Amino acid sequence: MELSTVWFILIAVLWTGYLVLEGFDFGVGMLLPVLGRGDKDRRLMINTIGPVWDGNEVWLLTAGGATFAAFPEWYATMFSGFYLPLLLILLALIVRVVAFEWRGKIDDPAWRAWADRALVVGSWVPAVLWGVAFGNLVRGVHLDADHQYVGTFFDLLNPYALLGGATTGLIFLTHGAVFLALKTQGDMRHAAGALAQRLALVTAGVAGAFAVWTQVAYSVGWTWVATAVAAAGLAALVVTTRLRREGRAFLASAVTIVAAVVLIFGSMYPDVMPALDPANSLTVDNASSTPYTLTVMTWVAVVLTPVVLLYQGWTYWVFRKRISTAHIPEHTGLTFERV
Amino acid sequence: MEALELARWQFGITTVYHFILVPLTIGLSPLVAIMQTAWVRTGNERWLRLTKFFGKLLLINFALGVATGIVQEFQFGMNWSEYSRFVGDVFGAPLAMEALAAFFVESTFLGLWIFGWDKLPKRIHLACIWAVAIATTLSAYFILAANSWMQHPVGAVFNTETGRAEMVDIGAVLTNVTLLAAFPHTITAALLTGGTFVAGIAAWWMVRLVRAGRAEEARDVYRPAVMLGVVTMIVAGIGIGASGDWQAKLMFDQQPMKMASAEALCESEDGASFSILTIGDLSNSCDGVAHVIEIPGLTSYLATGDFSAPIEGVEDLQARYEAEYGEGVDYRPNLLVTYWSFRLMIGLAAGSVALSLAALWLTRRGRVTGNVWFARLGIWAIPMPFLASSFGWIFTEMGRQPWVVVPNPNPTGVDGVWMLTARGVSTAVGPGAVLASMITFTVIYGVLGVIWFRLIRRYAVQGVADSEVDPSPDGPNGRRPDHPDEPDDASDRPLSFAY
Repeated sequence: MELSTVWFILIAVLWTGYLVLEGFDFGVGMLLPVLGRGDKDRRLMINTIGPVWDGNEVWLLTAGGATFAAFPEWYATMFSGFYLPLLLILLALIVRVVAFEWRGKIDDPAWRAWADRALVVGSWVPAVLWGVAFGNLVRGVHLDADHQYVGTFFDLLNPYALLGGATTGLIFLTHGAVFLALKTQGDMRHAAGALAQRLALVTAGVAGAFAVWTQVAYSVGWTWVATAVAAAGLAALVVTTRLRREGRAFLASAVTIVAAVVLIFGSMYPDVMPALDPANSLTVDNASSTPYTLTVMTWVAVVLTPVVLLYQGWTYWVFRKRISTAHIPEHTGLTFERV
Repeated sequence: MEALELARWQFGITTVYHFILVPLTIGLSPLVAIMQTAWVRTGNERWLRLTKFFGKLLLINFALGVATGIVQEFQFGMNWSEYSRFVGDVFGAPLAMEALAAFFVESTFLGLWIFGWDKLPKRIHLACIWAVAIATTLSAYFILAANSWMQHPVGAVFNTETGRAEMVDIGAVLTNVTLLAAFPHTITAALLTGGTFVAGIAAWWMVRLVRAGRAEEARDVYRPAVMLGVVTMIVAGIGIGASGDWQAKLMFDQQPMKMASAEALCESEDGASFSILTIGDLSNSCDGVAHVIEIPGLTSYLATGDFSAPIEGVEDLQARYEAEYGEGVDYRPNLLVTYWSFRLMIGLAAGSVALSLAALWLTRRGRVTGNVWFARLGIWAIPMPFLASSFGWIFTEMGRQPWVVVPNPNPTGVDGVWMLTARGVSTAVGPGAVLASMITFTVIYGVLGVIWFRLIRRYAVQGVADSEVDPSPDGPNGRRPDHPDEPDDASDRPLSFAY
């Protein structure tokens, strides 16, 4: 296999890691106003992802860095072309990061309300916009012969891509609800489980429609396998959430996300960024780095990625226990007024 | 303004801002790790209290550092797509390596450290903060590898067909001599920042307690922190000087224009003086520059180790560059900025090191002091290394202009691998979009910066907690080691830390 194809797959792997992991912490943030009726509930929700959200986010930065290293043309065209959506995503991620860390530092309801707003907006915006971005990548965008993006911001808001945004938004919402049911005890567990059951049905409908549209309009034969797996994942999600089999439900939503990434990347291949005029498309060949750079990076990735998986897996093991509101200590934050 | 100017401003604003936070993270995390090590080894509770105190300040800072770091990973593609196309084959590799080798470690183990106080055995928990400290330093190495390549490209060739730089030797990129000098300089500068931060806050507290008649507590808790900070500052100061001297020599060789403009050296001179104060219009015009105070021969000495060596001036270099790289380009960086940022960097760093010597004297042989001036100077010293780092980077990056990738002048160096900043900007992004993003980033960063400052100040004036002894029967940090997985060991106990 060509190294450029290997790297296309590796970048898909990095996105898979990002969307499966950050997907549920986006979901938890998105659900704050829905399931977090009181402050203690919201803190319980935030603390289910407290130790891991930062490590989850690094998958995105790695995907970005790896795209730069392995496909400089793709990196350049995509991020300059998707300028405004990416700007919104970055701003959302910025306020989200500081809100996690600073929320508990000041013991004041107004302060926490601001942090909660930042967490909710910071989780919804990227959860939806990543779907819009991937929708456009699959559908193709206006590129000129120099591989420059020549479309407008509003071209990116086409129906197919918007359905993609709805799909990722709903999948992460469900993924987050399932995760909460898996990680909590008591009322939160029941509320999250019940919500997951309802969300699973809607998600199955919308995500199923997006998968079929993708498959029929933009994809190739073999990705029917991915579409089938995604459909099976969604069906399993509907069943397992109904049965309150929380571990299996989480597995089902994770499998759905993996299958969706395979479908999306499979539809693009051998393009990395299809143009509406196919002659101008960026492909794994014309967008990639030299074989030397790809070889170097392959060694780095092959050695380091398993190590990352190992210690991130260990983190999940350390914090494997369910928590409930009883585990949430009283506020330890200070107030700005000095005593 | 054109998209180019705006994109440069945006990069400058977001990057200088990010690098206010980064040196504190890099410098403070090993100090917190040392405090915790002292606690684990001696069992003295003062170190636990200090670990928790400075740990909180570290986390407040870390959050904003991470948040503003996300932008850095994407900004090259957004605003500098043509630069990214040109250098991606080389420049992307250290960035990707940073994410895989360092950033993952940092983020994952920081989460383990924050939430792991009662979940992990003491020594494993200690190892987590060391992993964070080492990873932040490793992170700096890869980022500096990328930056050093822009200052002095090595290990690459120019492909005339694609018009791109291509990597041929990753070893050369990762052992670039520019990097080998910049790395210790950046790390010691970060340690100076962290050391000054710890020493300054602890000094303020020491004075406060002594004046409140609690000299014993000041001696017991804060004096050790002052000492740790001060020793770090002195060691860092020596490292900064030594590595900076090496950098200056390299720079005269690799980027003579940058050093000539740092000295506002317009005409070539034998035995060039080091100017301390220059007046006149330095804004890219050599007319009317008057060196008021200068040390004869020092610039030549710094460059070559010889007080009478000839140094090329800005005017001659401009002529030489025009002959080599084409006319119609002003190859001189902004003289005002390079001249003053260079001096401010040196002066501010030297200032905080000088204060550390005063601190050493006042706390000699177990003394504590209630001198208010000591507290004031401690607080005033804190921003100095931050500003010195910022000015250092402003000098490095502004002095590189008009190049984004500076040509390697070494005859055995790489051929054709250079790029003017003006050529690197994104062509697909209009000035309106860049203006919008620049304003949004500036506003959001401004608001977050105010909150960051208030949080750090608030937590600093709170001081160390009276006691960090865990009220639970198992003692601090402790699951019972003989029954690590006992089912109801901690089932109903509140988390030791929660957001």
